[in-house]
Amino acid sequence: MRETPLSSCERAFLLQAITDKKRVDGRQTYDYRNIKITFGTEYGCCIVELGKTRVLGQVSCELVAPKMNRPTEGILFFNLELSSMASPAFETGRPSELLVKLNRLLERCLRNSKCIDTESLCVQAGEKVWQIRVDLHLLNHEGNIMDAASIAAVAALCHFRRPDVSVQGEEVTVYSPEERDPVPLSMHHMPICVSFAFFQQGTFLLVDPSEREERVMDGLLVIAMNKHREICTIQSSGGIMLLKEQVLRCSKVAGVKVAEITELIQKALENDRKIRKEGGKFGFAESLPDQKITALKIEKNVVDTSNVKDKAEKIISESQPPSDVVTKPVVRAVGTAQIGEGIENTWGELEEEEDEEEEDEDDDDADIVSTSIESDKVTEKPAKKTSADIVISDSEEEDVVILQPEPQAKASSSQAPEEDQDKSPVRKTPHSKKKKKRSSH
Amino acid sequence: MEEPGLREIGCEQSPLSRPDGSATFMQGDTSVLAGVYGPAEIKFSREIYDKSTVEVMVRPKVGLPAIQEKNQEQLIRETCESVILGTLHPRTSITIVLQVINDGGSLLACFLNAACMGMMDAGLPMRAMFCGVTCVLDSDGQLTIDPTTKEQKESRAVLTFAIESTEKRILTISSRGVYSTAELQRCIAAAQLSAQKIFHFYRDSAKRRYSKS
Repeated sequence: MRETPLSSCERAFLLQAITDKKRVDGRQTYDYRNIKITFGTEYGCCIVELGKTRVLGQVSCELVAPKMNRPTEGILFFNLELSSMASPAFETGRPSELLVKLNRLLERCLRNSKCIDTESLCVQAGEKVWQIRVDLHLLNHEGNIMDAASIAAVAALCHFRRPDVSVQGEEVTVYSPEERDPVPLSMHHMPICVSFAFFQQGTFLLVDPSEREERVMDGLLVIAMNKHREICTIQSSGGIMLLKEQVLRCSKVAGVKVAEITELIQKALENDRKIRKEGGKFGFAESLPDQKITALKIEKNVVDTSNVKDKAEKIISESQPPSDVVTKPVVRAVGTAQIGEGIENTWGELEEEEDEEEEDEDDDDADIVSTSIESDKVTEKPAKKTSADIVISDSEEEDVVILQPEPQAKASSSQAPEEDQDKSPVRKTPHSKKKKKRSSH
Repeated sequence: MEEPGLREIGCEQSPLSRPDGSATFMQGDTSVLAGVYGPAEIKFSREIYDKSTVEVMVRPKVGLPAIQEKNQEQLIRETCESVILGTLHPRTSITIVLQVINDGGSLLACFLNAACMGMMDAGLPMRAMFCGVTCVLDSDGQLTIDPTTKEQKESRAVLTFAIESTEKRILTISSRGVYSTAELQRCIAAAQLSAQKIFHFYRDSAKRRYSKS
């Protein structure tokens, strides 16, 4: 499905509003939308809501052989998916340009900044390392996918616990969560992306652009930074020329925003940890809003299944069993049997007929020979053979001859007029057929 | 012995702003998010001249959709097609995207419930509602409704039914494992009873949303 295009008046309105330092959703220039982080029941699962933009993050791990050139390092894998749920314009299948760009940026932000200690993921050098896989699904696209995705990735990675392992000689034991408490990943820092949208060739700037704002922007600057104000990645796209001062100002703003977001993530993690420790209820079901009229939750519901058995028995007793079909195999010959209603088998009859025909033809042949001998035309025999030979080379013509005996008669009359009188064309038919068959054999 | 019953059910309608209809459905720890688009424009090649084309996409949480997801997609699509009044919207597409949020057992049933709530939210014309119920039979022939992942793993047979709301008839059966005809009938009867509870829940959540009080 195609994306609904933005009308010219909408575009003009948005740009006018931005020039007047106003935003459609009432935010100020440097304001982020509300960020909500919820964790699932599993470790490493979270949903991040940035306004109405929603990203689901899930971290999983697997023991794999390490890369040849890095035998002591674990593997990190990031995958952001733009589900067609998020926007009708996202098609499944071939990755779009946007998706490739976002995935690359995410990798640069998280893997290349070395936020996770990959060496701690090594179990056996050159043999086994942990592969950490981060799956991010965009559920609703309302702008600024990158920031939401990076928050979700960082939150999920911080929340994740991998199974504990022990190595004794060559043997690697992976412990289930019941045996040993799973261990968290060692994170060095938390890089967070902050997006800046530029309008009117860089004159105006907005933090955290919404989907509408993204559509009218001229350029985008993404700065990934950690709370120590270290820049991890910086990317400018859209082809606008930025002044040095603008970039510096943006990095300052990013520093403030990153500090706020990092604090929020840590608070959410702390909350979740506390609830889990106290044995309270956690997971997405608990984050379901109670006040909203669109949401409803009911407690465990007992279904009275006491009369189910009787009901089932009643249905079975009432139902008619399928009529029994008694099969009586008939042995026709040794090693064969026939079942069914006793109707004669018609299979292979055609072949049988042909065989018979062949036999007949042989007889005919003998007849012909005998007749020819009888008629004392010794010279006729080779002549007939030559005509037959011609027939072999052109069988289709012969078929026509069968249907229209007269022209055949005329044609053969030139060769052997005596024979023509002798035999009817009908008689000739099986003979030529036989010849054909022989040629095919 | 615990009495058989459904785990706690939760549902939020329209949690997403972009799709025409969306719903989160939760059964215990299992949670599915559904997004529905339609009736919308369609590629010429996929157009059906007298009804709408229903498309279902199941998205797993980790990795890409595989054979199992394709199978589930087909099952859900056929169930949805049987209740959607597609003839009212010929030459259009109806797309249902189902995202696994958490799998805690009875996932297929939860998919079906989320799909139905999503379609209801999108306002698609349907001849009936439907719901999914999963039953498991253990080695003693004990029946459990709405099982968790653990119960599903330990069971002898898992049966998932899609049941329509008007006469509680069966739309779809998907099963794994060995069971007798008597057990099948028992499961159907139990599923029909559970379906009543789920439909009651559907009604309650619609009521809560659309009534003034």
